[in-house]
Amino acid sequence: MPKAKITFEDIDQTVNVPAGTRVIEISEKVGAGIIYGCREGDCGTCMMHVTSGWNNLTEPSVLEEKILRENMASRHDRLACQAQVLGDCKVKPA
Amino acid sequence: MTHLDENVDPLRHRESVEIASGVHWIGALDPALRTFDIILHTANGTTYNAYAIRGSEGVAVIDTVKRELAEEFFARLESVALYEEIRVIVLNHLEPDHSGALPELMRRAPQATLYLSTRAVSTLKALLKPKSDERPFEHRAVRTNDEVSLGDRTLRFLHTPFLHWPDTQCTYLVEEQVLFSGDVLGCHFCDSRLFNDRVGDFRSSFDYYYAHIMRPFKQHVVSALELIEPLALKTIAPAHGPILRQGPRRYVTRYRELSTSCLVDDVDDREKSLTVFYMSAYGNTARMAEAVCAGAQEREGVRVSLYDMEGGETEPFVDLIEEADGLAFGSPTINGDAVKPVWDLLSSLTVVNLKGKIGAAFGSYGWSGEAVRMIEDRMQGLKMRIPVRGLRIKLIPTEEELEECRKFGRSLADSLLGNFPNSGVIDMADLGEPSENRLFLSGHRNASLPLA
Repeated sequence: MPKAKITFEDIDQTVNVPAGTRVIEISEKVGAGIIYGCREGDCGTCMMHVTSGWNNLTEPSVLEEKILRENMASRHDRLACQAQVLGDCKVKPA
Repeated sequence: MTHLDENVDPLRHRESVEIASGVHWIGALDPALRTFDIILHTANGTTYNAYAIRGSEGVAVIDTVKRELAEEFFARLESVALYEEIRVIVLNHLEPDHSGALPELMRRAPQATLYLSTRAVSTLKALLKPKSDERPFEHRAVRTNDEVSLGDRTLRFLHTPFLHWPDTQCTYLVEEQVLFSGDVLGCHFCDSRLFNDRVGDFRSSFDYYYAHIMRPFKQHVVSALELIEPLALKTIAPAHGPILRQGPRRYVTRYRELSTSCLVDDVDDREKSLTVFYMSAYGNTARMAEAVCAGAQEREGVRVSLYDMEGGETEPFVDLIEEADGLAFGSPTINGDAVKPVWDLLSSLTVVNLKGKIGAAFGSYGWSGEAVRMIEDRMQGLKMRIPVRGLRIKLIPTEEELEECRKFGRSLADSLLGNFPNSGVIDMADLGEPSENRLFLSGHRNASLPLA
């Protein structure tokens, strides 16, 4: 299975994960600072900033884009409960 | 069209009250209300304030009232305007106590455009649940500094989200220097004399409202104040409680005071605070708590406070929690659960913002030790971060185990200070459940910890 590395910059921790893993599945396990609310892409609480490897996450769905817009997301912000890791990337809480 | 002189009691009449030239209060009084939104006591009842503004090119209505009092609202509106004159309806906040009469108002004034914040659009749909064959409300989403003209009058919008819903905004009437502030700067206090220089003493209601409605959103209050403070203010017209025309800026200043950290003068900006709460039946969890504190204090830049919950009350503890950067709860496990005072405190935290604070749990136990994990789960549910695995010790801690407690305290302090020992790249397959591995990931795992 293809692997990818995701780095949580706020705790300086890199994790080797199977491609397709959602960020939410990893960040709490390593104690990173991304915070979750509804956990299903509706509330915007888990917004994170992708500092590198933006293109190595799955494309945001129409619904995720709507929530990002409503929450005044910056460029390269994503919802950690929705984004799946496809290749190497670095993230931190938005 | 008539409106009341301010000396006439609006409780006995259903006409509007002029609050500024061409600006009328058209709200409703609810003196019998004693509980609001489940969480708030309302010893004086409340008011639902709505306003009508007459311009040379039409009328604007700011907010409505709760549905049960719609008749009162419409009677006052009719005393000052015809429905066909209404061009603009502004909803500063969509909670049902302000939007309850909106559908009927839109039906009576179908030509009007509804102005609301960008964040309010989806809430509006969810709140009103329009049927598929219903004509959608004509609405426009607005942001800070967007304006709508009534000819000789200008309404300017201020985007002030999360006060106390995501949708909230304020509206400023430029020419009269009136701020329609929504729930901000409001309070539950019903006095038909309406104006702050005429009503009874409402100071405690003002602070109580802030404490229960605005306090969890202090950072958003501060952002809103950045927009409000530069405004020239003759009158603040909130959505609840007295209209603030005598010294309105004092109330803005009070919001600034209430939103500023109490420790701002006592704690260095770079210093982090860790507050440790514990309950102990036989002194074992107490000894753990003392050792956790001792360990954390070994790290420069962390100020540690220790509280035995048996000797305190919930409210001051909530104040302490609000100011702390990190929190640790120590509880023994009794009959498979954490002890009640811990749950009482952990269920009293909706009035403060915990998002991103560091949390930790520890405790002595006899045979199963569920309390620590349960406390961690609760803290995670409260949007706290749990960077260090909870620490459980079976019955009486040995000197070695107390050293584990000190190590636990040092790890917490390191997390607060942002000192993360680089453990290289780890594999997801090596990660277990969240609370099983944090200590390992922070480089502080000790296999000798009792985990039963």
